[in-house]
Amino acid sequence: MNGRETVLSAIRGALSGVPDSERPDEVPTSHGRRADHVGPDVVDLFVERAAEYRATVVRVPPSGAAAAVGHALARSGARSLVVPPWLPEDLVPEGEWSLLADVPPLTVGQLDAADAVVTTVATAIAVTGTVALDHGPGQGRRALTLLPDQHICVVRADQIAPDVPEAWGLLDPCRPLTLISGPSATSDIELDRVEGVHGPRILDIVVVGDA
Amino acid sequence: MSAADNVVWLGTPAFPEAARAALADTRLRANLRRATGTIRDKRLAVAAELEDWEELREAAATIKRRTLRHLDHHLLRLEKAVTAAGGVVHWASDAADANRIVTALVKATGEDEVVKVKSMATQEIGLNEALADAGIRAYETDLAELIVQLGGDRPSHILVPAIHRGRSEIREIFRREMGEWGRPAPEDLSDEPRDLAEAARLHLREKFLRAKVAVSGANFAAADTGTVAVVESEGNGRMCLTLPETLITVMGIEKVLPAFADLDVFLQLLPRSSTGERMNPYTSLWTGVTEGDGPRNFHLVLLDNGRTATLADEVGRQALACIRCSACLNVCPVYERTGGHAYGSVYPGPIGAVLTPQLAGIENAASLPFASTLCGACYDACPVKINIPEVLVHLRAEAVEAKRRDRLLPTSEALAMKAAGAVLGSPRRLATVQRLAATGARLLARDGLIGALPGPFARWSGTRDTPVPARESLRAWWRRTRPAGSEGRSTTAEGKGRR
Repeated sequence: MNGRETVLSAIRGALSGVPDSERPDEVPTSHGRRADHVGPDVVDLFVERAAEYRATVVRVPPSGAAAAVGHALARSGARSLVVPPWLPEDLVPEGEWSLLADVPPLTVGQLDAADAVVTTVATAIAVTGTVALDHGPGQGRRALTLLPDQHICVVRADQIAPDVPEAWGLLDPCRPLTLISGPSATSDIELDRVEGVHGPRILDIVVVGDA
Repeated sequence: MSAADNVVWLGTPAFPEAARAALADTRLRANLRRATGTIRDKRLAVAAELEDWEELREAAATIKRRTLRHLDHHLLRLEKAVTAAGGVVHWASDAADANRIVTALVKATGEDEVVKVKSMATQEIGLNEALADAGIRAYETDLAELIVQLGGDRPSHILVPAIHRGRSEIREIFRREMGEWGRPAPEDLSDEPRDLAEAARLHLREKFLRAKVAVSGANFAAADTGTVAVVESEGNGRMCLTLPETLITVMGIEKVLPAFADLDVFLQLLPRSSTGERMNPYTSLWTGVTEGDGPRNFHLVLLDNGRTATLADEVGRQALACIRCSACLNVCPVYERTGGHAYGSVYPGPIGAVLTPQLAGIENAASLPFASTLCGACYDACPVKINIPEVLVHLRAEAVEAKRRDRLLPTSEALAMKAAGAVLGSPRRLATVQRLAATGARLLARDGLIGALPGPFARWSGTRDTPVPARESLRAWWRRTRPAGSEGRSTTAEGKGRR
């Protein structure tokens, strides 16, 4: 008997007390929970909660997005910026930095040497201050938002879902997904929270919308 | 293969002996008290933010219950979905099986080192040791796991495995050991957490950038879509899950969920219960392989290793709902005083006390179900509502039964209970024993307390002081202060506290 048969028959033996007539979706699950935990100020809450995770968050009107990205780059002193395929052109700021396109794909060495990356998002979650990437157009493959030390993330106000369950309904499980809440952090040494271990140490979030 | 080989059994003494040493370590106790207290308070605050917290717990418990009752069905769906998405599924019935599969997969890549995401399942099967035997070096990349690995140590907590280490100890470990494994620690390394984290970043980055093979665990897997999820904070998980060419994920069979849609419940409960955060910094989800992004080869190893034996026990089965958040450790008065090493298993604390004996066989961990006060704090804290005290009591009965089976003669406990039964069954015998005990005890006592008791009572007195029995028993006092013949109906009335 191979491993598969051994495990499956052990499971079936262990579940001999479950009646044969019971269908898998007949076991009741509870549905009393709420879809979200927010009032009407979804964008305000997102800004507040993302900032609590030590992301730097700014709100700008649509015309101010590129300038906000440029400001974030200037603040960290970044000299090179990774630009994912199909990033809207109006998000790329004028400035001294060199732009690195990921076509053809950059090597890990090139990404490691790059200072910053700018991306859009798939959705965001107000209650938890989270941005969710599905690595589609404007977001790039996963390594792009992992190796450079600064991640600048542009979120349209209408992309912010109130809470986890609502955001969940917007995500496509067939795509790779990355949920990001603040910069890389660890609490492993005497439970002192330290920002920045392996992922980007700086997370800038630019919320674009008419406030 | 015996059940004891089925799970990493660290070979430490039984809990009572191991706990005695831990209790004497005042620094360990201080570290633990501060750490568990901090997480406890944070967890309570963020759980209170969700007014449907109880409903979420109930939902999680019922989703897990549904999954476990039809586990074969869901695993077959998962296998189909992962395969359709370009992954390869393997089934391992025990630790040796799983280690053999992973070793063969690594060998097939031609590599002799792997980077690892923190994973309870691979610790449980002793994967690093098995890989080392095959000439493959496994690098732990979670900061705490790195501290434990470099220190030649064992994890003492599910979530913060190096919780027993202070910052100056960590600095010493880094300075002494990092050079042996790769990039050495800077000469002038301080013991500031920020500097220690930076040293780990530099040490590990060269490994991430050259790694061709990674090994991870899984927090969840959705049967309908084949999506696997890993929850973490540091980004080392993302490094391992996306940069190498080959990813091997070892997952306990109980981690499957029926649907991707179920994940929202657990992603609300897990970070809040484990670190007291609304969300952990990074959650990665992937479905098979994606062209042009991440590993080109994905292997999912489904691990039994004692889980089906646990599933067969209708009371104990609920322990398989555990999502490894460690909330139960942080509220447990026993864990807080003894730390994780005393449990002698990769699963410490209350959940370890119910999981380890079931995974490894009760005869191999007979002391663990007794490593609890049954106060119930763990049940209240558990985000998936595992009734840990209920399982503990159930396993205690099994432990006693297993002990009885193994012996021809009755145990000393059984003899003591039999004697106690005889004494308590007769008012006359009870009075005699009480009179003798009171006299004897006063001879042994100091300041109203008795320390070590003689003979068969020594094991009882080893862990507690015994107060001196009253000079006079209640029954004797009653007879002396009430007129003769008043016993009877009026006694009953007094006994109920009418006056």
